[in-house]
Amino acid sequence: MRKMLAAVSRVLSGASQKSASRVLVASRNFANDATFEIKKCDLHRLEEGPPVTTVLTREDGLKYYRMMQTVRRMELKADQLYKQKIIRGFCHLCDGQFLLPLTQEACCVGLEAGINPTDHLITAYRAHGFTFTRGLSVREILAELTGRKGGCAKGKGGSMHMYAKNFYGGNGIVGAQVPLGAGIALACKYNGKDEVCLTLYGDGAANQGQIFEAYNMAALWKLPCIFICENNRYGMGTSVERAAASTDYYKRGDFIPGLRVDGMDILCVREATRFAAAYCRSGKGPILMELQTYRYHGHSMSDPGVSYRTREEIQEVRSKSDPIMLLKDRMVNSNLASVEELKEIDVEVRKEIEDAAQFATADPEPPLEELGYHIYSSDPPFEVRGANQWIKFKSVS
Amino acid sequence: MAAVSGLVRRPLREVSGLLKRRFHWTARAALQVTVRDAINQGMDEELERDEKVFLLGEEVAQYDGAYKVSRGLWKKYGDKRIIDTPISEMGFAGIAVGAAMAGLRPICEFMTFNFSMQAIDQVINSAAKTYYMSGGLQSVPIVFRGPNGASAGVAAQHSQCFAAWYGHCPGLKVVSPWNSEDAKGLIKSAIRDNNPVVVLENELMYGVPFEFPPEAQSKDFLIPIGKAKIERQGTHITVVSHSRPVGHCLEAAAVLSKEGVECEVINMRTIRPMDMETIEASVMKTNHLVTVEGGWPQFGVGAEICARIMEGPAFNFLDAPAVRVTGADVPMPYAKILEDNSIPQVKDIIFAIKKTLNI
Repeated sequence: MRKMLAAVSRVLSGASQKSASRVLVASRNFANDATFEIKKCDLHRLEEGPPVTTVLTREDGLKYYRMMQTVRRMELKADQLYKQKIIRGFCHLCDGQFLLPLTQEACCVGLEAGINPTDHLITAYRAHGFTFTRGLSVREILAELTGRKGGCAKGKGGSMHMYAKNFYGGNGIVGAQVPLGAGIALACKYNGKDEVCLTLYGDGAANQGQIFEAYNMAALWKLPCIFICENNRYGMGTSVERAAASTDYYKRGDFIPGLRVDGMDILCVREATRFAAAYCRSGKGPILMELQTYRYHGHSMSDPGVSYRTREEIQEVRSKSDPIMLLKDRMVNSNLASVEELKEIDVEVRKEIEDAAQFATADPEPPLEELGYHIYSSDPPFEVRGANQWIKFKSVS
Repeated sequence: MAAVSGLVRRPLREVSGLLKRRFHWTARAALQVTVRDAINQGMDEELERDEKVFLLGEEVAQYDGAYKVSRGLWKKYGDKRIIDTPISEMGFAGIAVGAAMAGLRPICEFMTFNFSMQAIDQVINSAAKTYYMSGGLQSVPIVFRGPNGASAGVAAQHSQCFAAWYGHCPGLKVVSPWNSEDAKGLIKSAIRDNNPVVVLENELMYGVPFEFPPEAQSKDFLIPIGKAKIERQGTHITVVSHSRPVGHCLEAAAVLSKEGVECEVINMRTIRPMDMETIEASVMKTNHLVTVEGGWPQFGVGAEICARIMEGPAFNFLDAPAVRVTGADVPMPYAKILEDNSIPQVKDIIFAIKKTLNI
């Protein structure tokens, strides 16, 4: 009873706008938490895996829902801005295309839920979702996509090169980020602070040789590295069957234990991540996670995504496995939240995205004078050559 | 000579103590240190000074280094700081860059820079460009070092000079030491620099002893990156070079001096950022320029110097076109006579200087 009252008063004190529906929501009896069954993970070289049930608190549920919606809406907005030609170049979105994560939201939010902010994360170019879950605002992300000075990399990096504290991008050469991640894990071990590094790559990059070099060294030196393969079944236009002799990506680490996780279920991802992080922190060395997800759209904005698969396939996945739908149904059916409450969050998120998009469209481009900035760190200013010998740019660290 | 080599074989701490005492007792103690030992000293001092510095590469630990450059370091610092890697250049270079991104200060050794080609994506795309792409958020304080260029009888795949390749890329610093003083001062500056620095050593120079001036014996002896040194003053012609060929230029200068031609020999020390000011000031004094390098001619270091001379104030002071002396435009052959003629020899430098001066 006390817990419920506390929850109610939290809702009341948290609300700044007191609409009728809010008051209604506040007076309802919500459950504080609920237990859910999650899919068992396939295991490789592991005696036991993550638990098959998990407890979701109302607070966490609402937080995850908001984060996933934010990532989705942010990516849909990026999609829109790209079609309007306000965003240029590559745009790999989480739902495919433009490196957008749509349906891969469960991955970025679920992974973040399983680790601490002091842990580390690195991924390839489908990075906008992770940039957000690792702490940057939608504003700075969208403004970086539109190439403005308010962007998180001041417009110097774009879609593929966003950085935040303990988040190392955003890497354009797929596969290269995997040894980098193993190196960050080496630093974690060197510093002795029990931190781990999540090192992500896709099913396409999983065939890169340097990943196997990283597996070898991480295992040899027992680096606290969680290798994570986001398997969305297509590497650009090539299905996994056409690219890999073995599509059991969770086993490809060979001597490294692995788990295959339902990447569309955020709770499954969270539990698996907690399990993997505990494994690494105990000093046993690296571990591998394969997250099975799906990519709604094409590889990037220039790919409609239907020349190499059927519309029926896309539709089926969309209707059955949408991670946000899954969480919503669970929460509503277990009385952790109401439909209206979640709709409210949708409205708030939409507004946040709109505001951010406004900013991203209106903010000026970086000043031309700064073209030469940030060549070297910690150095006195010097001159950088422009397109001809008379054009000089100042370079400041 | 036996005394000196005896000294070098002892642990470094003992040696420097002995050296100091020696210097104090005699009027002018000529301290001789090989390039190998100078690099070793430099790394040892920086490892001691900063906990975050560590060395990784093939055979650097238990083997004491493929060329014995890291001799004694594993014994002194252990497994945590001196790490033997498997033969996985792309992998371990990436690991080194990742460690640098996370705040450590790695020294990544390539057994030779020929093998760095396997890892070049990590050097350029992951290290060099990152500070810029991140808008100044993510720095990469890493050193890539190892022997570069021609050796003796190791044939084409083991003899390439990478000065022009790495010197091409913004975001990297590239240094090329010639003597022991260069080697120690530049490796220390490279390790303390917060940027990715490529240190192009030379295998044939490792065993060569040079006089070590008193300031070089200090634990804080640094040579600034981006500054060339005038090794020999002259008035008739400017001869610019880097790495081992600097020695050949000085030999050529000695020969020509007897004929009344005084060469000003400049040791570049840094390939990127290049010290054009020193070169230009010299050309404006001597009115003639010859560049000398071990690498291939096309798109090389000399080509860049000549292009920049044309663009700057020194052009109007040239009395003759600038001339380049380079490695031959072939993959390095094996047979001695062929190899000898594929790299710039003293006679080739003298010939080029005389042609430029029209004598």
